[in-house]
Amino acid sequence: MGLLERATRSLLLTELLSGLGLTFRYMFKRPVTVNYPYEKGPLSPRFRGEHVLRRYPNGEERCIACKLCEAICPALAITIEAEPREDGSRRTTRYDIDMTKCIYCGYCQEACPVDAIVEGPNFEFATETHEELLYDKEKLMANGDRWEAEIAKNLALDAPYR
Amino acid sequence: MANFWTGYAWPTVITAIEVVIVVVPLLLAIAMLTYAERKVLAFSQLRKGPNVVGPFGLLQPFADGLKLLVKETIVPSGANRVVFVVAPLITFTLALVAWAVIPFDPGVVIANINVGILYLFAISSLGVYGIILAGWASNSRYAFLGALRSAAQMVSYEVAIGFVLVTVLLCAGSLNLTEIVEAQRHIWFAIPLLPMFVIFFISALAETGRAPFDLPEGETEIVAGYFVEYSSMTFALFYLGEYGNMILMSAMTSVLFLGGWLAPFGVAPFTWVPGPIWFALKIAFVLFCFLWVRATFPRFRYDQLMRLGWKVFLPFSLLWLVLTAGVLTAAGWLPQR
Repeated sequence: MGLLERATRSLLLTELLSGLGLTFRYMFKRPVTVNYPYEKGPLSPRFRGEHVLRRYPNGEERCIACKLCEAICPALAITIEAEPREDGSRRTTRYDIDMTKCIYCGYCQEACPVDAIVEGPNFEFATETHEELLYDKEKLMANGDRWEAEIAKNLALDAPYR
Repeated sequence: MANFWTGYAWPTVITAIEVVIVVVPLLLAIAMLTYAERKVLAFSQLRKGPNVVGPFGLLQPFADGLKLLVKETIVPSGANRVVFVVAPLITFTLALVAWAVIPFDPGVVIANINVGILYLFAISSLGVYGIILAGWASNSRYAFLGALRSAAQMVSYEVAIGFVLVTVLLCAGSLNLTEIVEAQRHIWFAIPLLPMFVIFFISALAETGRAPFDLPEGETEIVAGYFVEYSSMTFALFYLGEYGNMILMSAMTSVLFLGGWLAPFGVAPFTWVPGPIWFALKIAFVLFCFLWVRATFPRFRYDQLMRLGWKVFLPFSLLWLVLTAGVLTAAGWLPQR
C-alpha cells in the first residue's frame, strides 16, 4: 500500500467509520439476553444439577448401599452407613452429601448400578446458610419424589447413547 | 428603595428562576443520559440493558441515585478532608455554571454576554481543578496517577479546541454565542469546516474523559483513577459532573457547528418545530455519537493520546486556521461589523 493511499485512509478515518458502522448495525440485532428468573435457557437431558435418591415405582428405595458412589466420589462429598433391614435386605441408614464439597462431576450416577443416585435438572437450590446444603437421606429422598417425572424422562432420552 | 427593588432584587429573583428552569431539566437529562448510555452499550453488545425498574427500566437512574444517596460517605484517614469534599462540588458546579451562556432560542439565554465562547472555554478549562484536587486530596497513588493523567490530557486537548474555536469565530465574526448561531443561518459551520468539526468532536471526547480517551478513569489499569476513594454522594457528584460536561460539550458542538436552534435547511416543514426542540435534538444526536464511540473503540494508550493531541490535532488545526483566514481574506468573506 502506497504512502498516499495510507495517508488518505487515515485522514478520511475510513477504518474508524467502518467500525462505527458495525456497532450501529449491531444495535438493531435481536438481543440474546435471557430474562433469567422469568425466562430460562434449554437444559440437556444430561444436565448435572442437584442430587436425588430415587425409588422404584412400587415405592421401594432403589439404593442398595453398595457404596460405589462413596468410593468414586473425587471430592469425598458422600458419606454412607448401612446395615440389613428387618426383611434382610441391605439398605442405607445414613446417606449424606455435602453439596458444598460436591463438584457435580456426575461420577456417582455413573457408578450407581441401580440408578438410585441421580443428578437432576434442578440448579436453583441456593440457600442462606452452609448447614442447609449438607443434605441427608431424608432430603435426598424428598428430592427424588419431587423430581421423579423429569428425571425419568431425562434418563429415557439419554438411554440410547449409553 | 424603589431603585433597589427594580435594579437589584427583582433581576436577581428572575435570574434565580431562570437558573432553576435550566438546571432542573439538565439534571433530568443527566439521569436519562446515564440510562441511555447503558441502553446504547447494551444494544450494541446484543444485550437488553436495564429493564427491571419501571417501564423499560426508565426509573433505573433514580434507583441508582437513591442508592448512592443512602450510602455512607467514606473519607480516607490520610485524606485532606476539606479539599476531598470540595473537589466533587467544584466539578459539579462548573458543569452547571457553563450553561449560563448557552442560547436555547433567539434571546432565550440566562446571560447573553459578548464573550460567551471565551466564558465557555474558561469554564471547561477550570474543570481540571476539581479532578486535580480530588486526586491530591485522596492521598492515594491511583487517584493521584489518574489526576495527573487527566490534567495532562485536558491541557493537551484544550490547545486543539482553542484553535478550532478561533476558526469558528473567524467565520462568525463574533464571540457572542447567539450571533455565532445566527451566522449559520445560510450554512451550518459543520459543512465548510468539516475537518474542524471532527477535530472538535474528538477533542470533546478527550476533554470530557470519555472512551476512547478515558485514561484518567481507566477502570482496568488504575481502578477508576481520581475518584477511586470516593463513595456515596461525593461519587455521585463526580458522576453528575462528568455527564453534565458531556451534555455541555454536545451543546457547544451544536451551537458552534450544527446551527444551535436553527432548523435544518430553513424550509417549511422543519421551521414549524420550535427552536429549543431542534437544539435538544441536536444535543441528543451528538450525545448518541459520544455513546456510540464508546461502544466501538478500545482505549488509547497514553503515548498515543499525547501523540494525537500534540502531533496531529495541533498542527492540523493550526494549518486549517491559517487556511480559513487566508480564504476568508482573499475572497472578501470576512464578516463585517
